[in-house]
Amino acid sequence: MTTQESRKRWISFGIGLIWLFIILWPLLGIKPEGLEFMPTLSLWIKLAVASVCVMLVYELNRGGVFDPIKRTGASLKDSTQRLYTATPNWLLICIALAFAIAFPAMTGRYGHDVACNVLIYICLGLGLNVVVGLAGLLDLGYIAFYGVGAYTYALLSIHYGISFWLCLPVAGALAAIAGCIIGYPTLRMRGDYLAIVTLGFGEIVRLVLNNWMDLTNGPNGLMGVKRPGLYWLDFTNGWSLEHIWLKKVWMFYYVILLIAIFTIIAVYRLNYSRIGRAWEAIREDETAAELMGVNTFLLKLLAYASGAVFAGFAGAFFAARMRFVSPESFTFLESAMVLAMVVLGGMGSIPGVMLGALALIALPEAFREFDVYRMLVFGGVMTLMMLVRPKGLCPAKRVGRRSEEAE
Amino acid sequence: MDYFLQQLINGVTLGGVYALIALGYTMVYGIIQLINFAHGEFFAAGGYMGVIIISYLSAKGVSPVLCIALGLGLTMVYCAILAMAVEKVAYKPLRSSSRLSVLLSALGMSIFLQHGLMLTQGVYDKPYPTAMTAGGFELGGVVVSYMQIYIILITAFLLVALNLLVFKTRIGKAMRATAQDKVMSALLGINSNRIISLTFAIGAGLAAAAGIMVGFYYGSVNYTMGFVPGIKAFAAAVLGGIGNITGAMIGGLIIGMVEIFAAGYLSSEYKDVFAFIILIAVLYFRPTGIMGENVDDTRV
Repeated sequence: MTTQESRKRWISFGIGLIWLFIILWPLLGIKPEGLEFMPTLSLWIKLAVASVCVMLVYELNRGGVFDPIKRTGASLKDSTQRLYTATPNWLLICIALAFAIAFPAMTGRYGHDVACNVLIYICLGLGLNVVVGLAGLLDLGYIAFYGVGAYTYALLSIHYGISFWLCLPVAGALAAIAGCIIGYPTLRMRGDYLAIVTLGFGEIVRLVLNNWMDLTNGPNGLMGVKRPGLYWLDFTNGWSLEHIWLKKVWMFYYVILLIAIFTIIAVYRLNYSRIGRAWEAIREDETAAELMGVNTFLLKLLAYASGAVFAGFAGAFFAARMRFVSPESFTFLESAMVLAMVVLGGMGSIPGVMLGALALIALPEAFREFDVYRMLVFGGVMTLMMLVRPKGLCPAKRVGRRSEEAE
Repeated sequence: MDYFLQQLINGVTLGGVYALIALGYTMVYGIIQLINFAHGEFFAAGGYMGVIIISYLSAKGVSPVLCIALGLGLTMVYCAILAMAVEKVAYKPLRSSSRLSVLLSALGMSIFLQHGLMLTQGVYDKPYPTAMTAGGFELGGVVVSYMQIYIILITAFLLVALNLLVFKTRIGKAMRATAQDKVMSALLGINSNRIISLTFAIGAGLAAAAGIMVGFYYGSVNYTMGFVPGIKAFAAAVLGGIGNITGAMIGGLIIGMVEIFAAGYLSSEYKDVFAFIILIAVLYFRPTGIMGENVDDTRV
């Protein structure tokens, strides 16, 4: 146990704890009334005990104490893996679909609300996944397209009374145009510059929404957005087409489920198409891709536009469900949250992004009383994931075989 | 004309603050070719730490000038320690991984620090003891507050000190060597990890000074205050040519002026937009910036 290595780890761990105290104490302990040590000390001891426990588990794990448990776990995982590969894909999809369709019957209004949110973020995450995960362009202003979609439907609905279903493609198209406008000047940049410029664009969109009083009513937002309507067969006297407004949350759930399924299929098809391959080539090595005849300019623009379309759809739905839009919903933190989903789940992986959205939206609902710590945990988890598991919880599988794997 | 001069003074004040923040970006970028996304948070932490220390000292009856001087010094040290810790956690283990992972880990750190500040200091604005520096004088129709004089003097002092540190001392030479070629300088006996850590610390110290001055200038600090000035200072660093210290100073002044003049003559609601537009325009038309030299493919 007390090998050289583990002693080294404990020493650096101890130094880290001392640093933590040095950083914490001035924030908590210096008051105009005088210096206080107790609050900082109690918080620090709690953190220290928790991290010592984690360290102990880690050390024991390295020492091989958990090997028997791990072996049973591995065999269990093996058998589930075998079961998973044995079941045909269509069966899994059918089960998931049946569960999704039956879901509103199982829970109440609150459950429907959370499910709607999860599905909105699945759409956003998958859209961002096209840009970040497939094409490798880090976009920190992605939420702007969501905002464009939401305001498109809100304005068309309030001023012209156009139906949700007609506005949906319009919102997607406008978001795509916005994607091209933002994408065009940024295509020459790579990596960090691209990230910060997209961040700037996202802020510009939010500032315009905030300040263009005539069009968007500024920070007060737009009220009175209409609900989506549906034509329904009515058999009360003979039969006729009846127009109804969607009022209940579970009806909205089915609308967003439809949009989400469309998004999943579209992203899946894009992923395995020639375009998807080209995007992956650009992500891996842009110069090489260009030499192989990939039109990088057009494809990067396409990545922006198609990523934006899904955000536009989700935005239109968001406006229809809330019946109110304001610039506050489209801040940088939302962009960061969507990005965190993509990163947490695994960049480029569709089930991963869905898992990420589920984890980041549904888990905080389960721990309501810790709501204030939510963003803190987000940030911490994002850094931790990059340190421990940069590929995400459910990493993307590579298409095809590569030369080094062939042997 | 008076209006113009007044705006000019305001612009120089704000520009100095942006220059101080921009230096942190440009130095870190120069040495590890990465944007320090958490840099704006050091600025915010500096603003908070400044008000904490200064109100403690003034409650103890220390004279205002000493209060500010001590507050400034201690805050800079605190933020330097914070930056070294952040570098150790979020940057050092990732030195050989892809740029995207480092960027994301820094972004996570930025969100973490921002909300750490919120949890420890509260969501509301924290007021600064502005009475300490109140007053001013009128010079031919132009009102100059003592605070502006302080800001300009402190900024100038810090900029000169930094220039001396980087260009005249052994540490500065080691920093420049590491920025030029990390492997070669390591072979020559420079501890590059320590130099990188030191660069983060110096950048964060300057940002912390900027945070205190902004706190005095606007009268309060908020936990989200690091975000927008962070982007603007980044725009300043890019405008001056990223990696170039003199460039960052000039860029900061230009961005500050543009913001103040745009707010004064064009539209105050959209003043934040102009800095972003400059950023995008510079990156599009001249990605090397004003003073920039060799920007190869990997940088842009």
